Amino acid sequence: MRDTSTFENYKDAVVAAMIDLGREHDDVVVMDADLSSCIGSTAFQKEFPERFYNVGIAEANMAAVAGGLSSVGLTPIIHSFGCFASRRMYDQLFISVGYAHRTVHVIGSDPGITAQYNGGTHMPFEDIALMRQIPGMIIYEPSDARSLYSLMIQAYESGKSSYLRTPRKGVIHRYGEDVEIRLGKAITARQGDDVTIVATGAYLVDQALKAAESLAGKGVGARVIDLHTIRPLDEETILKAAKETGRMLICENGRYAGGTGEMISAVLLKAGVPCKVDFVNVGERFGEVGSLDYLATTFGFKAENIEAKALALVK
Amino acid sequence: MDLNEVKRLRMEALDARVKLIREIASFGQGHIGGSMSVVELLTYLYYHEMKIDPKRPDWAERDRLVLSKGHSGPALYAILAKKGYFDESLLSTLNQGGTRLPSHADMTKTPGIDFTAGSLGQGFSAAVGIALGQRLKKYDAYTYTVVGDGESQEGEVWEAAEAAGAWKLGNLIGFTDVNGQQLDDYTDNIIPMHHLKERYETFGWHAVEVANGHDFNQLEAAIKEAKSVTDKPSMIILHTIKSYGYIPGEGVKANHSMQISKEKAEEAIEALFAREEERE
Repeated sequence: MRDTSTFENYKDAVVAAMIDLGREHDDVVVMDADLSSCIGSTAFQKEFPERFYNVGIAEANMAAVAGGLSSVGLTPIIHSFGCFASRRMYDQLFISVGYAHRTVHVIGSDPGITAQYNGGTHMPFEDIALMRQIPGMIIYEPSDARSLYSLMIQAYESGKSSYLRTPRKGVIHRYGEDVEIRLGKAITARQGDDVTIVATGAYLVDQALKAAESLAGKGVGARVIDLHTIRPLDEETILKAAKETGRMLICENGRYAGGTGEMISAVLLKAGVPCKVDFVNVGERFGEVGSLDYLATTFGFKAENIEAKALALVK
Repeated sequence: MDLNEVKRLRMEALDARVKLIREIASFGQGHIGGSMSVVELLTYLYYHEMKIDPKRPDWAERDRLVLSKGHSGPALYAILAKKGYFDESLLSTLNQGGTRLPSHADMTKTPGIDFTAGSLGQGFSAAVGIALGQRLKKYDAYTYTVVGDGESQEGEVWEAAEAAGAWKLGNLIGFTDVNGQQLDDYTDNIIPMHHLKERYETFGWHAVEVANGHDFNQLEAAIKEAKSVTDKPSMIILHTIKSYGYIPGEGVKANHSMQISKEKAEEAIEALFAREEERE
């Protein structure tokens, strides 16, 4: 496996995975809709000019063209900002990829509040819910450079279509060689027996760990689960944590309706595991413009709010 | 084309029409109008033009056809059955639960269907992807695709057209079935779709107008011309008659999907044979 510690941004991990997959497998093609320089896939284009296509600002067409490419034995990796990679090309992903049983890997960059200064029009909170309606599609949101790189490779190897939520800018090197990164297997990032905090994506996993540290000072043991794969859900890890802690706070950089929290609640209910549940998400709100810090405060994604909600569950 | 070949194709088209009318009547209703308008085109492609092997529907280097106006699936099913992709008895299972022949063409269900369509505009994009993939794989193969004039109101058709033009997909040959009607009304009464030839030329395509899309000689000339242009995709604009050959639907406004009983089907087939005999 490639040394991921040198990546300076999440997009470096994305492009490294594209290039390594391209070198290994000649069926891999990369497509973009005029945001190639934003994710950095221009580096893939440089190495594999014949296997890179920029479709222009026409995301819906890109998704269905990718479905066509897939039917000739090619495996497209397509990128756009998450708002366009979900809402704008949804029917094409649903019919020409999902329903037609094609394999296409979708990268939706800058999910939720990480869209920051592009503002509300560019802030996808509903992409998880939308992708959950496409049967069989993998949905993942890694929380560090190494898991991002590794899970992209694993998504390709699965042979199934996938949707990746990842910020482009900034980076966290959270996991070393000692941590097993496996698609569909959540990482317990911190142990604790009083309450479980489930989080997806780099920002919320960070805030959850920070909240857990503070809770420890107050004598509350918070377990933190990094749910990097939203589908297929690692029910085993979730149910074990629910049984052992009896309280669960589910944090996602997205909307409640159809999202991760709603999904996990249903799993707990069906399994008959008694567990108090609360959520951190944007609820019914639309996105807005601002810095990551401003948006995180506005939507309650900061460690202080996570800690307060966790404490309320424990009381 | 020599006279015997024209005669052979006309016989195959007539037989396809009979099977298609009975196929739709087996269910009691269906998309007769847009199915009947593409019978000559599909007959010509599958009996005279395409590099295919019905015994190997997954043959990688075959020519492919994407019926982007996927609701005309019943016409393609009749042709595929005749060509031996599956047993003709399947035609009477159209739209029945568990069938391999759904109303809209579905590659996961039916041998010989090269791409799933039904959400209009998408098949055209997929055909662009297939043609691009064939070129990348260095296959000596064509992709044919059929879109409707009504379907061309979808913005995605033009997104696909601009990409195919930019990528100079000389192995892509499209057909616009200008039967002049859509579900609600005549296309001119909804959103007129005129100047298609000029539109495609502006988008970087070679475009050919075919005055009678039911005439095999005109189809042959247009496809020959399209194949002579190797550095551009080609669009062949076919002027056709919606429901052509299902006489009770010809010239009728509401002929997109019609109820056809078995008795009505046999009457229509008899009338069609009588008209064909008169033509001879």
